[in-house]
Amino acid sequence: MNDPLKVAMPKGRIFEEAVELLRQADFSLPPEFEDSRKLIVDAPDANLRFILAKPMDVPTYVEHGVADIGVAGKDTMIEEERDVYEVLDLHISECYMAVAGLPGYEKTDINPKVASKYPNLATQYFKEQGEQVEIIKLNGSIELAPLVGLADRIVDIVSSGQTLKENGLVELETIVSITSRLIVNPVSYRMKDTRIDDMVERLARVVEGEEA
Amino acid sequence: MSQPFMFEKPLGMRDTLPAYYQIKRSVQDGMEEEIGKWGYLPMETPALEYYDTVGNASAILEQQLFKLLDQQGHTLVLRPDMTAPIARVAASSLKDQSFPLRLSYHTNVFRSQQREGGRPAEFEQMGVELVGDGTASADGEVIALMVASLQEAGLQDFQVAVGHIGYVNALLLDVLGSQERADTLRRFLYEKNYVGFKQHVKSLSLSSIDEKRLLGLLQLRGGPEKFNEAETLVDNGEAAKALENLRQLWDVLECYGVEKYIKLDFNLVMHMSYYTGIVFEGYGSRLGFPLSSGGRYDELLEKFERPAQATGFGIRLDLLVEALGHAEEKPGQTCILFSKERRKEAVEEAKNQRNQGKRVVLQDLQGVDNIDQWTEAFTEVIDLIGRKGGRQT
Repeated sequence: MNDPLKVAMPKGRIFEEAVELLRQADFSLPPEFEDSRKLIVDAPDANLRFILAKPMDVPTYVEHGVADIGVAGKDTMIEEERDVYEVLDLHISECYMAVAGLPGYEKTDINPKVASKYPNLATQYFKEQGEQVEIIKLNGSIELAPLVGLADRIVDIVSSGQTLKENGLVELETIVSITSRLIVNPVSYRMKDTRIDDMVERLARVVEGEEA
Repeated sequence: MSQPFMFEKPLGMRDTLPAYYQIKRSVQDGMEEEIGKWGYLPMETPALEYYDTVGNASAILEQQLFKLLDQQGHTLVLRPDMTAPIARVAASSLKDQSFPLRLSYHTNVFRSQQREGGRPAEFEQMGVELVGDGTASADGEVIALMVASLQEAGLQDFQVAVGHIGYVNALLLDVLGSQERADTLRRFLYEKNYVGFKQHVKSLSLSSIDEKRLLGLLQLRGGPEKFNEAETLVDNGEAAKALENLRQLWDVLECYGVEKYIKLDFNLVMHMSYYTGIVFEGYGSRLGFPLSSGGRYDELLEKFERPAQATGFGIRLDLLVEALGHAEEKPGQTCILFSKERRKEAVEEAKNQRNQGKRVVLQDLQGVDNIDQWTEAFTEVIDLIGRKGGRQT
């Protein structure tokens, strides 16, 4: 028997959705194992080992090859710029990256500030717009920044828009749409090609009946 | 900027400590010998080169170059690779030597990086350049030599992916019609972004046949059975030439008996413009990063005004040592501990043992603080202490 394929996944909802996809693709995973609190979860029948990590860290595990495969949001892929193959759009946890601010926000020339959990992505976006802004990196609850006057605008992911609404913010610009992607380490992609191709094909059939 | 700690090194710089050095040495000696046996002549070039010549011609991205200014204000670079310097030498100092030239190198190269600490910005590379030979035999020889070198280093489980940039270009151009549109799509391959590739293909409103052809490219990896599949995707002169080239290469690799290490991968795009034909990359099962790479770069020598076809490979020694993952046995060392009355005797004894090929440390007793602790590192300790005829352990 070969070593199990190692799959890095974000904890929480994406893991559940991805596990559901794998089940639909006929991977035999133990029942209810997504409820475990362990960081490493084995699925011996499918010969898979799941490594549960912070969403932002998934591409790192995959780039270093400690995980062969990973499920990562396009947002983290853009932010982290890791050297991995992005092979399949899983169409789960769909959302988009947007600029938001207080209602009636008007662009100011006096040192505009933008808060974000995605400083690279935000920097890149405003550079492309030719707009001069100062990026402030925050680690969460980004909506606070305009409310308390830390920044004029924020760059963050929007799924339902509920969080923005509840905090009295409005969306100003859409940057890019985001879904979770299946990513593969470049060495595993070669050394374990048969098993990885098989997985990608089976998942592709589930995701959109598309050829891998 | 805050002051660095007294013992701190610039970002990405590493010390090579004796234990690591020992492993590295044994790996590199084996490979150097193998490369020498294939008739490649080792050479060295300076660490600093002009940015306008070698820096510009190199395949390494601009933002990875270490730059500095000389006293005349010229921009210099710390050599980021060895291919461009060797091309410079082949076109100047060696211009009277007729082609093909077989040259090898083993040296440190510099690539600045901004990622988290610990990633090397200076590392050793060993490789060869075969300059002035455009045949598939030359491509095959270089790949076979890379395989032989990795084997010589003791790497067990590894693979080499081989592709052809000419085929990718021919297919993209054939379907899309313009170089610019082909470049856009090729960039997705270069960035390993197959999702982006597929999305872009679907946004182009191509005929369903053309769409299938482009998406078919992503499936083109495996054994020689993929040749026929590749043929059905594009049928023009350039593509046929590239495929014929690859088929010949496969024959050459079979002659060397290394085809079991090789997988075809038509999607392998390692650089946007540098390579011109066959490209390849080597992987070991124990490490997540490619260990070696190479390919044909027929347009580089032209930049140094001696147009020539050329191919070569480079192996990253730091990654190879990591992939091997074994700790070499420390060589046994003998210690002769003496007091000054018997110094002459001790020196004689050391000379004797060294002549027999042993590694001998000669140490004056008075120079050591804690004898027991210090002598622990040795496989054998000889005491020549006190009056002649004293104890010997």
